[in-house]
Amino acid sequence: MARRVLILVGTKKGVFIIESDAERRSWKLRGPFCETWPMNHVIADPVTGTIYGGGGNEWFGPAIWKSTDMGATWTHSSEGLAYQAGEAPIKAVWSVAPSAGRLYAGVEPAGLFRSDDGGQSWQHIAGLRNHPSRPDWQPGGGGLILHSLVPHPNDDGQLWVGISSAGVFHTADGGETWEARNRGTRADFLPEGQKYPEYGQCVHCLVMAPGMSAPLYQQNHCGMYRSRDGGRHWDSIEAGLPSTFGFPAAVHPRDPATLYLLPLNGDSAGRYVPDGKAAVWRTRDSGDKWEALRGGLPQENAFFGVLRQAMGTDRLEPAGVYFGTNTGTLFASADEGDSWHCIAQYLPAIFSVETLVVEA
Amino acid sequence: MPNDESSPALPRVVVTLPAALVNLFPGSARRVEVSATTVGDVMDALDSRWPGMRDRICDSTPGIRRHVNVFVEGERATLATRLAPGAEVMVMTAISGG
Repeated sequence: MARRVLILVGTKKGVFIIESDAERRSWKLRGPFCETWPMNHVIADPVTGTIYGGGGNEWFGPAIWKSTDMGATWTHSSEGLAYQAGEAPIKAVWSVAPSAGRLYAGVEPAGLFRSDDGGQSWQHIAGLRNHPSRPDWQPGGGGLILHSLVPHPNDDGQLWVGISSAGVFHTADGGETWEARNRGTRADFLPEGQKYPEYGQCVHCLVMAPGMSAPLYQQNHCGMYRSRDGGRHWDSIEAGLPSTFGFPAAVHPRDPATLYLLPLNGDSAGRYVPDGKAAVWRTRDSGDKWEALRGGLPQENAFFGVLRQAMGTDRLEPAGVYFGTNTGTLFASADEGDSWHCIAQYLPAIFSVETLVVEA
Repeated sequence: MPNDESSPALPRVVVTLPAALVNLFPGSARRVEVSATTVGDVMDALDSRWPGMRDRICDSTPGIRRHVNVFVEGERATLATRLAPGAEVMVMTAISGG
């Protein structure tokens, strides 16, 4: 049966949806949606096809937007999406993830919420903010944000989260209790002798490869890492990459050893693609070796960055890979990264890129 | 102008809402008449008629959001500000964004 792919793009000024058929040669753009709110993360539940967008408006606060008709119409709710009186109020939603019929949302200031009714109402999962490390959590450049949500594919009690800059935390009991899982990841911004703390690392993006015993990968402020034991130990995979700094990471939809990163030139060097030349870096062996993918990408005078949730893959064959820049350009590859095309430009700054594949 | 008939015993006040807020709630209007003795009552009335509207104007501190202002008879107000019968309550978006 014919299929079509939707790229869900969250931007500083609303949501855009860019659509093609399975060939992915020509694209049609719709939007902006969601009243041009800043939208940090837009995802689709692959089971229902419902699209959810998490964001926050400077005037009106945080909300989860929802569309059940591929983006034609939208509703929004923040019912229950609040901390107790007296605590710093929630500014924005930063991440959304479906799992086993539930929906999770990560917010700023960092915390975790759950919805059991498709995003209409939300319950605070207080266990995370009850972790003894919480008084020490420090905001990163983007704020104190819970930006990565990784549900276990087969065990709905397990969930990993990434918080900037508190690190990676894991629960095995549905959120009641949490364990910091940062061993082996560096904090170059701490004094000598303190660079490998239990928590406080600046994780930028946490993803899990497909499969039962798949590795976790993370792009950190200070290096790129792989874990084969659920985050209890992390190994550096930065050798062979042009820098230790970047934001997004995206996994192949079927091959757990294939990962895409987009290294930038460093945290204090402008945070551009290195040397003004754009490249996605791909590994086929879980990070032991890397290759630069430059075909079709600008190789001079490119001074953009790519933010933490702004790269994704689709589940077509061969897999599509997509990334959006903080200067509003969207690039696509329909051949697993070998060649690239610009498919949209002059958009607002792109915050997130996710995909949905549906039967036509 | 839409009327709120839920609390006819309370004094009536007139509320003006910003367009960016009205756009979020289909069926809402820029000028609304509600029954209220405080600004907090106004929020209750608005939320009763358009569920979720209070969360757009107020945060969980609890208070009026940092970049939203509420004026009563031209004076900046809080949720506790009392309203005279017939008072004009203006909800306005402050300067914000980028």
